[in-house]
Amino acid sequence: MSLVNFTTREITCKIVYYGPGRSGKTTNLQYVYSQVPNDRKGRMVSLATQTDRTLFFDFLPLDLGTISGFATKFQLYTVPGQVYYNATRKLVLQGADGVVFVADSQVRQLDENIESLQNLQVNILEQGIDARTLPMVLQFNKQDLPRELILSPEELDEALNFRSLQTFPADALHGVGVFETLKGVAADVLRRLSQGGVGARRI
Amino acid sequence: MELNPRFRFESFVVGGSNRLAATAARTVAESPGTSYNPLFLYAKSGLGKTHLLQAIGFLALERQGKLRVEYLTLEEFVERYHAAVAAGQIEAFRRSALETDLLLLDDVQFLAEHREMQAELLRVTEALQAAERQIVLTCDRPPGEIADLDERLVTRLSGGLLVDITAPDFETRLAILHRKVTERGADIPRPVLETVAEVGATSVRELIGLVNRLIAFQAVGGGTLTPEAARTLLADELPATPPAARPERAPAAAAPAAEPPDEFASFLSAISTTVAQTVEAWRSRIGEAVLRWQGEGFRTTRLEQLLLSEEIPDVGSALADYATRAEELRRLLDEAMEYDPAAGANAVFHDPDRLEEARAVAERVKAGVEPPPPPSRGLSFAEFIEGKANEAAVRAARAVVAEPGKRFNPLFVTGPSGSGKTHLLHAVGNALMAAHGGAVVACLSAQAFTDELVQAINAGRIEWWRRRFRRADALLLDDVQLLAGRDATQEELFNLFNAFADAEKQLAFSADRLPGQLAGLAPRLTTRFEGGLAVELAPPDRTMRAEMVRRLLATRSVEAEVEAVEYLAARPADSARAVQGLVNRAIARMDPSSETLTVQAARLAIEGRSQRPSQAQAVSAVVPAGLDPVMGSREKVVWDWPGATDRLVEELR
Repeated sequence: MSLVNFTTREITCKIVYYGPGRSGKTTNLQYVYSQVPNDRKGRMVSLATQTDRTLFFDFLPLDLGTISGFATKFQLYTVPGQVYYNATRKLVLQGADGVVFVADSQVRQLDENIESLQNLQVNILEQGIDARTLPMVLQFNKQDLPRELILSPEELDEALNFRSLQTFPADALHGVGVFETLKGVAADVLRRLSQGGVGARRI
Repeated sequence: MELNPRFRFESFVVGGSNRLAATAARTVAESPGTSYNPLFLYAKSGLGKTHLLQAIGFLALERQGKLRVEYLTLEEFVERYHAAVAAGQIEAFRRSALETDLLLLDDVQFLAEHREMQAELLRVTEALQAAERQIVLTCDRPPGEIADLDERLVTRLSGGLLVDITAPDFETRLAILHRKVTERGADIPRPVLETVAEVGATSVRELIGLVNRLIAFQAVGGGTLTPEAARTLLADELPATPPAARPERAPAAAAPAAEPPDEFASFLSAISTTVAQTVEAWRSRIGEAVLRWQGEGFRTTRLEQLLLSEEIPDVGSALADYATRAEELRRLLDEAMEYDPAAGANAVFHDPDRLEEARAVAERVKAGVEPPPPPSRGLSFAEFIEGKANEAAVRAARAVVAEPGKRFNPLFVTGPSGSGKTHLLHAVGNALMAAHGGAVVACLSAQAFTDELVQAINAGRIEWWRRRFRRADALLLDDVQLLAGRDATQEELFNLFNAFADAEKQLAFSADRLPGQLAGLAPRLTTRFEGGLAVELAPPDRTMRAEMVRRLLATRSVEAEVEAVEYLAARPADSARAVQGLVNRAIARMDPSSETLTVQAARLAIEGRSQRPSQAQAVSAVVPAGLDPVMGSREKVVWDWPGATDRLVEELR
């Protein structure tokens, strides 16, 4: 996917929310959606199971209007977190310009976080992309839960952030940290423009 | 590295925080090497060090165009040093550094990482100071605070003038904001700018970022900004905010900002800023490319024009296209230099806008040195008259044409002057070119060979001369006896000979005697000549001479009696040239009214004038040639008998 098209004057960013099941990816998107003014609202597509788990993916198009002469569009996607939907995850991940890894801060979810992070690395690699060049941020969600149930941002950083990525503590349900995360990843993605790169570097 | 034209004193906003630095910089630029040397400017990032440094360069150049001004970041300085060390040209590096009249060195704080450079910089600084040449350095801290910096260098750098630039005060910030907004062509009310100036940015870059945000926000929002809106917009971007406080701050900041916590608007504003900055970044990308390519000696008009465009160009393709052109030019230049080292001076090889011209020039250079004189077109086998006297030589020559370099290498043709050696060599050359399409044949006289070598030595292009000959697929050298005593030419010929023989390329030589009898030629050459096949061209016999006469007459479109031809062929002539001379004389004496060369005319031309042509004609008419051995020989007949009166007078005496 072309991130910036100088000919048609379009900037299109595809950002994928990745993470283990029930970590709050869809919640992130829903919060963003709830904040979009009505006149700019596109249609959020959500394919969920009866128990509200993402079956295929969520898709939220954000049309930001014309910025510096460029029609700027963000496309936010989530992947289904469950282990057995890996094929879907690979599909959604294709052509991503940036990734938000939504980690579940609960102590008992640490292994799932690590497993999902590894799965993300594998899937990125399978697409022939150098993971180090793909803009990515970490969100430590559910920081609103009681202290004894969760790991602190520092502990999570220690456990998950081996690439020194930007991290954002969040409470997606109440919207805390959701836009910060999105701003963070968007800035990373857009900054790649100035460095002359278009999307991630193929290996 | 080239100076960036945006960084001049005119565009530098002077305020209380940088007045001393700006004044010192201006003084130094106006009289380099005399006032503060070295001048050491230090300031935190984004306060205008680089701007001042480059402004010094520009002003100095404006005042004194002949100054050698060098602007380098420390990284570049280090790179050059390392490259020089790697190339074993450290002396050249030092010389070049010391020839600079004004050395501008940016970001020297990185010296801590390059300990080996400290000694070199110390040496350069001392030498430049001694020669009263100016050095200006910038750093993000004073010399004493650069970690691991050699004590001598600290004192040396502190010995001139140390000036720091502090964060701009309110008025300066306002002035900068105002200038930036004007530069961008935006219209932001002064109260808004004042509000922004109050924000207290610690660097000019930060201020520029704020301006970008304001412009972007105004563009997206459509209306004019109010100071309140600006304050809200910039509220969470104040540099004083500790980043760790973010998650807690988010809801807290949202509450007082506006009644509906418009996170989306804030997000949009942040994105707008980033996009604006990113899109603006194309200018800096082009700027960098301009500096880079200029550094490599290319003209960058093409890129500079992009900078002037209002529309955002497709930077990626533009730069890629430029790079492709530059690479192509480099390739063409290398290619051209192989043929002619002087081609490097041609400006077209450094201007990507003139790629087509460069291609043409490269072609011309290549064509211009198509190996040395090719064989003369007129001298081919078709015109060569074969006969018993040159049968062996011609057979060998044809074998050479059929299998160049394989059978008789070298072919050595000897024979007296005018026996057709030159003709045969050129004929071989032409036949080689015809038989082996595209073969490059060098065919010239030994004299021309020497002359060209002497010219090449004079012009310092000996390598070019050598390459020029080595490109040839065959070398045919006429009259090698003329090389006698020319040692340098013999040496070159010897090397060429070996190169050709090794590559199985055909060599052929001619001389007036056999190789073994050539005086003044080094034995290593004569023995090599003997190593091939030596064939002799004997003087033409009568049959060949007759053929020659016929052809020569035919080429002059002159008809001749058979007897006349026979007569001319019968004349003693030991070379083709002699035959030609006979024919020329005969034609010159021809009766202008007649189109046929008669035997009488020929005879008259060759054997001298008759005082009484009528009598001579009469006698020769009654004495058919060849009838009487005595009468047949013209020399034995008295043609001019004295008249009767003369005889009488003679007898009466």
